[in-house]
Amino acid sequence: MHLLNLTLSRPSAITCAIYGNFSAPKVHEIVVARGKVLELLRPDDAGRVQVVHSTEVFGVIRSLAPFRFPGAQQDYVICGSDSGRIVILQYSKEKNCFNKVHQETYGKSGCRRIVPGEYVAVDPKGRACMVAAVEKSKFVYVLNRDNDARLTISSPLEAHKGSTLCYHVTGLDMGFDNPVFAAIELDYAEADQDPTGEAASEAQKHLTLYELDLGLNHVVRKYSEPIDNGANMLVPVPGAGEGPGGVIVCAENFLIYKNVDHPEVRAVIPRRSNLSAERGVLITAATSFKQKNNIYIFLQSEYGDLYRVSLDYEGEQVKELRVKYFDTIPACTSLCLMRKGFLFAAAEFGDHALYQFSSLGDDDTEAVESSSATLMQTDEGFQPVFFDPRALTNLELLDRLDSLAPITDMKVANLANEEIPQIYAACGRGARSTLRVLRPGLAVTEMAVSPLPGNPTAVWTVKKAVSDEFDAYIVVSFSNATLVLSIGETVEEVNDSGFNGNVPTLQAQLLADDSMLQVYPNGLRHIRPDRRINEWRAPGRKTIQRATTNERQVAIALSGGEVIYFELNPQGMLVESEKREMGGDVACVAVAPVPEGRQRCRYLAVGMFDGTVRVLSLDPDSTLKVLATQAVGATPESVMMLDSPSAGKEGTDEGAGAGALFLQVGLVNGVLLRTEVDRVTGQLSDTRTRFLGTKPPKLFAAPVRGERSMLALSSRPWLGYSDQGKFNLVPMSYEALDYAAGFCSEQVPEGFVAVAKNTLRVIALERLGEFFNQQQLRLRYTPRKFVIHPDHKMLVVAEADHAAIPLAQRDDLKQQHQEGQQGAEAMQTDQQDGAVPAGPELSEESAAREDQWGAPMGEPGQWASCLRIVDPVALQTTHCIELDDNEAALSLCLVSFDSQPEAGVLLAVGTAQGLKFYPKEVQNGYVRVYRFLDEGKRIELVHKTQVDGVPGAMAAFKGRLLVGVDNNLRLYDMGKKRLLRKCEYRRLPTRVATLATTGSRIYVGDGQESMLYMRYKKSDNSFYVFADDIVPRHVTAALHLDYDTVAGADRFGNVFVSRLPPEISAQVEEDPTGGKYAAETGMLGGAPNKLQTLVNFHVGDTVMALQRAVLQPGGREMIVYGTISGAIGVLYPFASREDFDFFQHLEMHMRQEHPPLLGRDHLAYRSFYFPVKDVIDGDLCEQYPQLVPDKQRSVAEELDRSPGEVLKKLEDIRNRII
Amino acid sequence: MASLSDRFNINAQLEHLQAKYVGTGHPDINRFEWNLNIKRDTYASLIGHQALAAYHAIAENESIGRVKYNFLQNMLLPCGLPPEKEEE
Repeated sequence: MHLLNLTLSRPSAITCAIYGNFSAPKVHEIVVARGKVLELLRPDDAGRVQVVHSTEVFGVIRSLAPFRFPGAQQDYVICGSDSGRIVILQYSKEKNCFNKVHQETYGKSGCRRIVPGEYVAVDPKGRACMVAAVEKSKFVYVLNRDNDARLTISSPLEAHKGSTLCYHVTGLDMGFDNPVFAAIELDYAEADQDPTGEAASEAQKHLTLYELDLGLNHVVRKYSEPIDNGANMLVPVPGAGEGPGGVIVCAENFLIYKNVDHPEVRAVIPRRSNLSAERGVLITAATSFKQKNNIYIFLQSEYGDLYRVSLDYEGEQVKELRVKYFDTIPACTSLCLMRKGFLFAAAEFGDHALYQFSSLGDDDTEAVESSSATLMQTDEGFQPVFFDPRALTNLELLDRLDSLAPITDMKVANLANEEIPQIYAACGRGARSTLRVLRPGLAVTEMAVSPLPGNPTAVWTVKKAVSDEFDAYIVVSFSNATLVLSIGETVEEVNDSGFNGNVPTLQAQLLADDSMLQVYPNGLRHIRPDRRINEWRAPGRKTIQRATTNERQVAIALSGGEVIYFELNPQGMLVESEKREMGGDVACVAVAPVPEGRQRCRYLAVGMFDGTVRVLSLDPDSTLKVLATQAVGATPESVMMLDSPSAGKEGTDEGAGAGALFLQVGLVNGVLLRTEVDRVTGQLSDTRTRFLGTKPPKLFAAPVRGERSMLALSSRPWLGYSDQGKFNLVPMSYEALDYAAGFCSEQVPEGFVAVAKNTLRVIALERLGEFFNQQQLRLRYTPRKFVIHPDHKMLVVAEADHAAIPLAQRDDLKQQHQEGQQGAEAMQTDQQDGAVPAGPELSEESAAREDQWGAPMGEPGQWASCLRIVDPVALQTTHCIELDDNEAALSLCLVSFDSQPEAGVLLAVGTAQGLKFYPKEVQNGYVRVYRFLDEGKRIELVHKTQVDGVPGAMAAFKGRLLVGVDNNLRLYDMGKKRLLRKCEYRRLPTRVATLATTGSRIYVGDGQESMLYMRYKKSDNSFYVFADDIVPRHVTAALHLDYDTVAGADRFGNVFVSRLPPEISAQVEEDPTGGKYAAETGMLGGAPNKLQTLVNFHVGDTVMALQRAVLQPGGREMIVYGTISGAIGVLYPFASREDFDFFQHLEMHMRQEHPPLLGRDHLAYRSFYFPVKDVIDGDLCEQYPQLVPDKQRSVAEELDRSPGEVLKKLEDIRNRII
Repeated sequence: MASLSDRFNINAQLEHLQAKYVGTGHPDINRFEWNLNIKRDTYASLIGHQALAAYHAIAENESIGRVKYNFLQNMLLPCGLPPEKEEE
């Protein structure tokens, strides 16, 4: 088995985000780390966050810091990763990628205890940086500029201290004195030695300052003072004339201002009034911004509350520290305060957001504030300050970035009866949980739909002048008339445009001298800027069949197969310059726009009804000479010329290797051909084909991100655009369109106008580069598992949250319920108890509030849980049952019992009562059995059975129910009042995490000990283990592939496939003893037979769900996985040995020629826990187009191919997958 | 004092490793010390891999920041108090 790993949708969780000017001075950008992906984001003027660049680094990005030299206007990025190296990156605007400026090795690779990389801190004045580990090690690097203003890096200076934990590191603002780094440290040496526990209880955190003596090139531990034992984070305060300097230490419940020779200034952090007294308030994210003399510091607590911190100071003396409640947004991993008053919030779970400040809260007198001046000490400690969270007052939401993280369960199924199956993903946590339906394709926003009289045949947009930014007219052609609409505040019909409205239009175009051209069957109508009209009439009885135009050139095809070519002369006249008999009817013609700085486009593409496409020259000395002909096998419906993505914006750099022109041909059989046109000779080469749909693709040009891109309208619309040097052809999630054109107006800066049947539509793309289009349904608690009812096509979701308050006990909701606000619109909840209010997710208002604030916190060991039936097509909850008695639904399965066939398919739900962690304990476990009512729209409890443990996994097995309770496996049959235990196996290693069955085999995924294969012996009514694995794996997901083979994933981000060798499998089946001795003959308590690992691969992210699926009509089956960081990827089995060899070699060369950006060895990364086996990393291979052309060529030569062929192969394999 | 023979001496090498890499074992290591290192290494790994921290955060319904902080706190005494030293 050989697999290709390909990430379809990169992780959407953000682990770290920094703000700076990375691509150019004064361009405000954010660099985010998404686990193993580094991205550059830029909010546009409208406040929408755009992904500028995204690259996989094949390593764990743990920390980021922006770095800027004094006086410089651009930032570098310093990355702390698992590579044991410090890497400094610079973003190159020209190449649109990150360039590695420096890479210095300091330690082993991996996320280790004493290898730095967890923390990175920089000196605010841009002279040094520090990388630190969670224990002991700290390195300081001096950064400088050489004569050419290039960044230089020194050898590392050590600042180690043994047996010391480090909580946070930051660089203090010292002006131009020696750079100082502050760290929170805790020494554990004595606690390890003292059996009485006295030393441990006295262990004290210290604030330690490390000074880098630039003169001596040496780091000294300058200052170390005890600090509050709850300290976890440091926020530097600007100094050196712009502020008092020093640092704010964030501790549990307190903020403490510290500086050398300065008394401690302490203030309490205001806390939510509904928070239990045992819980502290921990600051988990901070951001600060300095503008002139104002210092803005914002902190966020673990509950999501934002605080603004202000300091009253005189010189270097801080008199007062004030903490003011600002607003509440979801808890973040990183906050970035940006210029222009933007706040970028990278949420821990769920969608990220960009906010705008509507005020800084200065005149907000209602907000609760605590101050060091009013700090009250009582017998029980300091007097707390309380507040209640409120709706957003100082911030406004500008944009949301969809995030799937965390995906807790995922299934691929075609429940909506579409062309390809949908991906159903249970995402999110707590009140921000959602069920999302993903479909491959670009999300499209419908801006306007208006009905038209009759069915239009075509549509164009025309500007008034070349220099205009926005389109002025929409020209709609019908079979016997033309309608001209003017675009303004509203879209209205106009008659003064100069177009002839009584004839159908074939083409409308604005010419280079601001005149307009209308091509209609009987001639050309040239409307000069001064409204004079020149008409050219088609000769004799011939009519114009096809036409193509650009700013200076016009080509028309007459009936009978004559092509006439016109050019705009300097006097502003269209002059017929050549005609030619093509010897057959012309099916389509196309000319590309005039390249910038040129007089004309050199090629005309003509598609003929005889199944050929010809390229004609438009050069003055060889006008309409046939340069190349290609037989395409079917009648071409539409042709188009498109610059290749790497041709540069102007498309002028001739012969620059990849900078070719592409001829796109849509055929009547639904296939799109893409052929390279040589820029010099016009020769055609290297054809690629792609099936788009059942209708012949019609091709239209439209600008996307300012570049000319292609719309291909088949049975569904597709968009071909260039993204990071690659041509992408992706479906759009929209209904079939008949004709389209680019559209640009004040309201819709970049969109399309299209006709579909008798409507005119204006649509815009939502976010380019997102692979999936999402629909979502809000859930109440964290989804744990879901199942699909195959007959009723309904989803059953089990949701459960630890330390949450169940609905029935929620005072805040009860109050609202009594006020009757929700009563009216509340959906039916559990009818047994009329007092239970509706779930907050059911009303838009309360859902939004819950999303912003989070649900109130409960006690540890308290659970809130519900079962929900969802109609996946309408995406609606049809029934929801809240569980009582502190039960948490953790596992689900559908089962039909042989003993009661009349009961049909039942739902079994495994619940744990009062589950607690550290140590793990549970009061009780139950298996609840429900029956479906109303075609699966509702469920009803049949009975519940106590199982004394956590039922972690369940499966239907031979008409009975198999339940994994802790480390026991039990078989239950249906009884009248409860389930009846039939058989039990008690010796599984730790905990049953997954269960799958076929025939009499059971595949058990253990919480720590990988897969076990078991059999059920009917005669003895007993289970026995006949095979297990030789390596420990903490299984999180398993997928049974065939009788002997199982694919699985573990907690550490590995995916594996294990197989029982065929001879052993046969032996087990034919065992004459019936397995009598099989269970007892293993070595050291293990099973007698061992599984073989077929495939090993480190995905780099905990895989939570594995599914088999076909994502393309007629495609091959593959494994789809979803990860905790919200990534979706596939493992695709190679169809042939040849393909595998090719990719294996390509991967090998890519490892050599394109080592990962952060200095992690690719092979070592993919072998993080187990050596990689028989998986080719498609993500690395797909970086091939990012190589410089020379390297591309040399790699291709090694593979005995041309770069074009390698690219084609890469494209092919992706097209085969999706 | 350090001569060439010292440097290649197995004990000197071991000492060097023990000084350089925290957690390197020694012949007299006891169960507690061994456990201590394993647990601290584990916590460091859980903090370093965001996915693992998120995994715990979802189970506990705490914020990732809090979970990481708790892991760091646990590194102080990861397996309880050390055993009484045996009198020799």
